[in-house]
Amino acid sequence: MNPFRLLTEKPWLSTPQTVGGMTVEVSQASLVPPQKVALRVFLGVVGVLFGLFFTAYFIRMGLADWRPMPEPQQLWFNTLLLFLGSITLQWTSHVVRRGETGLVKIGLLLGAIFTFGFVFGQVSVWQQMTAEGYYLSSNPANSFFYVLTGLHALHILGGLWVWTRASVRVMAGAKPEVVRLSVGLCATYWHFLLLVWLAVFALISYT
Amino acid sequence: MTSYVPIADQSHVMHDPHTFITKYVWSQDHKVIAIQYGGTAIFVGLIALVLSAMMRLQLGYPDTFSFIDPANYIQFVTMHGMIMVIYLLTALFLGGFGNYLIPLQLGARDMVFPYLNMLSYWFYLLSVLILLASFFVTGGPTGAGWTLYPPQAILRGTPGTDGPGIILMLVSLLVFIMAFTMGGLNYVTTVLQARTHGMTLMRMPLSVWGIFVATILALFAFPALFVSALMMLLDKLLGTSFFMPALASLGQVSEHTGGSPILFQHLFWFFGHPEVYIVALPAFGLVSDVLSTHARKNIFGYRMMVWAIVAIGGLSFIVWAHHMYVSGMNPYFGFFFAFTTLIIAIPTAIKVYNWVLTLWHGNIRMTVPMLFAMGFIFTFIHGGLTGIFLGNVTVDLPLSDTYFVVAHFHMVMGVSPVMVLFAAIYHWYPKITGKMFNVTLGKIHFWATFLGTYAIYLPMHYLGFLGVPRRYFALGSTDFIPDSAMALNANITQAAIFVGVMQLLFIYNIISSLRNGAPAGGNPWESVSLEWQTPDTPPRHGNWGDKLPVVYRWAYEYGVPGVKDDFVPQNVPPEEVVMEPGAGKYVDRSEGHYS
Repeated sequence: MNPFRLLTEKPWLSTPQTVGGMTVEVSQASLVPPQKVALRVFLGVVGVLFGLFFTAYFIRMGLADWRPMPEPQQLWFNTLLLFLGSITLQWTSHVVRRGETGLVKIGLLLGAIFTFGFVFGQVSVWQQMTAEGYYLSSNPANSFFYVLTGLHALHILGGLWVWTRASVRVMAGAKPEVVRLSVGLCATYWHFLLLVWLAVFALISYT
Repeated sequence: MTSYVPIADQSHVMHDPHTFITKYVWSQDHKVIAIQYGGTAIFVGLIALVLSAMMRLQLGYPDTFSFIDPANYIQFVTMHGMIMVIYLLTALFLGGFGNYLIPLQLGARDMVFPYLNMLSYWFYLLSVLILLASFFVTGGPTGAGWTLYPPQAILRGTPGTDGPGIILMLVSLLVFIMAFTMGGLNYVTTVLQARTHGMTLMRMPLSVWGIFVATILALFAFPALFVSALMMLLDKLLGTSFFMPALASLGQVSEHTGGSPILFQHLFWFFGHPEVYIVALPAFGLVSDVLSTHARKNIFGYRMMVWAIVAIGGLSFIVWAHHMYVSGMNPYFGFFFAFTTLIIAIPTAIKVYNWVLTLWHGNIRMTVPMLFAMGFIFTFIHGGLTGIFLGNVTVDLPLSDTYFVVAHFHMVMGVSPVMVLFAAIYHWYPKITGKMFNVTLGKIHFWATFLGTYAIYLPMHYLGFLGVPRRYFALGSTDFIPDSAMALNANITQAAIFVGVMQLLFIYNIISSLRNGAPAGGNPWESVSLEWQTPDTPPRHGNWGDKLPVVYRWAYEYGVPGVKDDFVPQNVPPEEVVMEPGAGKYVDRSEGHYS
């Protein structure tokens, strides 16, 4: 829909439109599933949330007491896991469309393994950090590190809730068609969280 | 034809809930959720009203009331502000009217995600309960001021920091934001996707436009409050130093290192200024519909009204630092924000002119909702003009933190939106309940509120010019504050108590009319928008009976020459419009028909 045409429409004039030979009143409401639209808006909200944290990070970085923090090598491995999770879910949303139940089950399972692997990996990074004496309040860079990774992990766990509902239905024998939408939404969400993670990772390395 | 609007016509919402619990408590019906939101918001609003009466008692009659000490006073100020702005105005406009009107005015059966909608209300209620709990904990609620500026907000010595007061405040805000995000996703998606046949975006009533754009603002502005509340919570609970600078407090060096209180101010106002428009834009929309209906005239410049709403929404994100002129920012920075602030006056003025021009040559019916809507035009112009004073850096500096500021923001975002809320409640009450309210009580309520609020806030401008500072518990004896200002303060208090008591008339009216009101009929105001064309009043679950309405025109077809009833509802096909004898055939208004 062209926004310029939309905003210059003259609503006091009746403009019935011809669709398939019939004159009907159309609403211009798109037939994209509402869940998809809501997810896009939600990703916008989450994007703003992390964006504001990034802004705060940069401003805080410029202050006198900022000290760089170590970058645990394990984060690279975790990134790989999340990347694989994202790829797997994309592949799953592809096989769901082809209706291959067996592959869908494998895809959902693998996706979950990679994602849980990522979350546990993050927790183990936290443990390493605290073991080395870098606590939440030790220095501002650490504070941001814990808050950003924690919030990011919480968002991933939220996504896993949708994943669980879809998986339960597939395991209970539902046709792949039923979970097509949820799997597609999961894939989009995972890609988005991968991007957010890459941004967070870049930021942490930039100290 | 049904195939074009499957999302508006969700069949799964058609199963009527039967038990009391599913119908009125765990309801997924947007109308019940709207009333739950509205009832809760008005309830906390009344608490905030009582708090303001306590503040006024202290200011008008210092050293008289032993139950108000300086700590209580600042707690009342804080909770009054926070409750009114967030838990009353935001919740009532978006949760209340947004929920009620979006599906009905767009011709949908319900919101697209009814379950999420229900969850949104219960999270909101939870946030309200957490907030109210802070009145009953050790040390009482926070006294940090509604802006919660660090470092004082979480340092010892500020009320609410010895006990959990400030923590409950921050947690309540976090829960509120989650509640709003659930609701907001619903409102946006419903507007984009659940419109009935013929309901194009540019045929939507301005109420929906205002709520829609305000929801988008809120979705993208509340994260800033979320971020700042979360980081402040960590500063308080776990000793991080996001906002807390290295300092010594009450003789002790704190554990904090070198955070930035100014960073909090930027984040807070990046939320806080859009918040003004989150409240104002729905009010602009609702008042447009009320004015047009009761003036029997189409809204003047519909498209301009939509553009102005969108423009104001966009601009509201780049003016935040005009709240921070005295924070020590670079003057050039302040100049930029003064510039953007004054630019907002342009779309806002367009809206005001269009409201006035809607009234011009109208066939005005002086109903209760119309009185409140016209009262809004007065109070809003008034508050807007003082905004031009405060938007300029050099004028703001001497006026900052005086009663001039208090008068300004109460006129522009206290009294004005509340005027619209009353207009809207009186306007839609017959549809929501099926009963007509008591008109005489309504008119008394209007004149008492309208004149009474002027009696409160007009003198405050003068106090501000004198330099009387805001937030002070007592003024003591100072040279620059004459005795006459003290007398004025007592008068303001009398007016405030009067206005507060007169609100009981409103509460009495809406409750007693439920039982005693005359049946209102389906369309008592002879309105054209869809919510007045439902088969049942109040609308039943699913709103539209068997078939969704079909929309043929915009929502402002009033006073059409030659048409018998002087209005043509949105869902009446052109060939069924009844004309005066000899008036010829009904035609849509095109530009050629305006003389």
